[in-house]
Amino acid sequence: MDDPRDHRGDRVRVFPFLNTVVVSFTDAKPLGGAYDVVGLDNYRRMLGDPDFWLATRNSLLYALIVVPLMVLLPLLLAILVEKNLPGIGFFRSAFYTPVLASSVVVGLSWQWLLSDQGLVNTWLQKAHLIREAIPFLSDSWLILLSAMGLTLWKGLGWYMIFYLAALGNVPRELHEAAAVDGAGVVRRFWHVTVPGVRTSMMLVGTLTGIGSLRVFTEIYMLGGSTGGPGGADRTLPFYIRDVGLDPLTGNAGYGAAVSVALFALTLGLTLLAQRLTKEDEA
Amino acid sequence: MTTAVDKRRRLMPRWRDYGRPRELVVRYLLLVFVLFITVGPLLWQLLSSLKGAGEDVFGAGASLIPHHPSLRAYREVFDQVPVWTYIRNSVFVAVLSIASQLVFSTMAGYMLSKPGWKGRKLVWIVLLASMMFPFESIMVSLFLSIRDMGLVDNLVGVWLPGFVAAINVLIMRAAFLAVPREIEDAAMLDGAGEWKRFRYLYLPSAYGAILVVTINTFISAWDDFLWPLIVLRTEDHFTLTLGLARLQTSSFGYDQRMVMAGSVISVIPVLVLFVITQRWFYRGVSSGAVKL
Repeated sequence: MDDPRDHRGDRVRVFPFLNTVVVSFTDAKPLGGAYDVVGLDNYRRMLGDPDFWLATRNSLLYALIVVPLMVLLPLLLAILVEKNLPGIGFFRSAFYTPVLASSVVVGLSWQWLLSDQGLVNTWLQKAHLIREAIPFLSDSWLILLSAMGLTLWKGLGWYMIFYLAALGNVPRELHEAAAVDGAGVVRRFWHVTVPGVRTSMMLVGTLTGIGSLRVFTEIYMLGGSTGGPGGADRTLPFYIRDVGLDPLTGNAGYGAAVSVALFALTLGLTLLAQRLTKEDEA
Repeated sequence: MTTAVDKRRRLMPRWRDYGRPRELVVRYLLLVFVLFITVGPLLWQLLSSLKGAGEDVFGAGASLIPHHPSLRAYREVFDQVPVWTYIRNSVFVAVLSIASQLVFSTMAGYMLSKPGWKGRKLVWIVLLASMMFPFESIMVSLFLSIRDMGLVDNLVGVWLPGFVAAINVLIMRAAFLAVPREIEDAAMLDGAGEWKRFRYLYLPSAYGAILVVTINTFISAWDDFLWPLIVLRTEDHFTLTLGLARLQTSSFGYDQRMVMAGSVISVIPVLVLFVITQRWFYRGVSSGAVKL
């Protein structure tokens, strides 16, 4: 306790992020004890760490695939439920239910659906589309893709409601005028609906981009506590938890360095989105 | 007579009024298709949890509808797993979070909606800046703080980082800004002090926003997984999400029906809340736009 390097309770951490930066220059252990200031060692180690790059790739790939789909699919869904038809309230609420269940519950559900004996494989086999079960939960690529599917599936209802509000602001007259001019459904979608909800699409893109970098539970539920075979499906938050917070082998200093990298990526993505939005408005 | 018929027609529209028949059929087919995709997995979970002991849940022999429906899995999950402990822990964190979020977000939101005090700009900037950091990038630092406070494996440690969220302060501020100035001036003339005005004028007129904050807080506390997973160690302290994930990954090999029953139990409170306050749920989605 009298060790001057022991930092238990020696600072009031008003700003957790500033503290993250400070910790990233040390080799502090998650469970406490003496630590050294190691300068830039953690960052040097990070740049040469193949697992860090793998996690970064997974997170970026996640954003790259999920963002365009999450911008487009909920919009189509919102258009589908926009018209006031009998029973439409039921459909809207029903489409929203995956949002209500926790990530763990929907993760469990998908885990059972996609297992070798699960409903999806059983049906595909019954339909003679496949002979062997598809290894959704043991192949590292399939785990990553399944997790993306889960994220999409869970987010659909949320962004559908988001778009419904935006669609209400697109003037009806524009649709009618376009229809009179002979524009079909597809052309009206691209030339009337999309320009009308452009700002919302930009916002959804930004939000889901940031969200993609935060994925943890989907990978944990489908790929197990290791994050896929040999940790091949770990995302950045997953990696931070593994290297920074493991009670036995963890190095909070290194975890903090990876955290700073995660923040830098998030910031970069936000700035990029801001710039795209500005260019779009100009 | 004709007017009465017209009126009835307007009250009970005929199918023809909704569009061309072919378009309608396509629309409903698509709606049912999406329904199958979105609700199917959860419904299947519910149906499987109701299956009797001898029925297959997996494999080619498994049916969709339980042939011998029973609540056995629900009894067993309560018997073999400390579900009540999990529920109590989740409720503890949720109630604590709702209380602190409401107290701090209303007071901070109120102050930020009022001009003319020193440091207001700084608080505003700090608040906005704090929203830029994804939770995952500060969790190492938060864990070290929790550890220094001796709150590892403690439910208070699970609650503490979420005692107030910037987004809720912004929601409350927006709601208070919408209260017309004239009403406050009138209350002031009547001699109502600041606390009285806050308590009896501002809070009641912002009940919608208060409900949105309550719902958002409840759901995020009830569904949270990563942070409890980091903080909690012993099963006595597990929240419901943690307990469920543990059931599934445990080498103990619990009956799948039991785990499914557990999932259904965990969804019920949120579902009930949704049915009662649907309108406010949707409003919570649009308030997400403030997030940037």
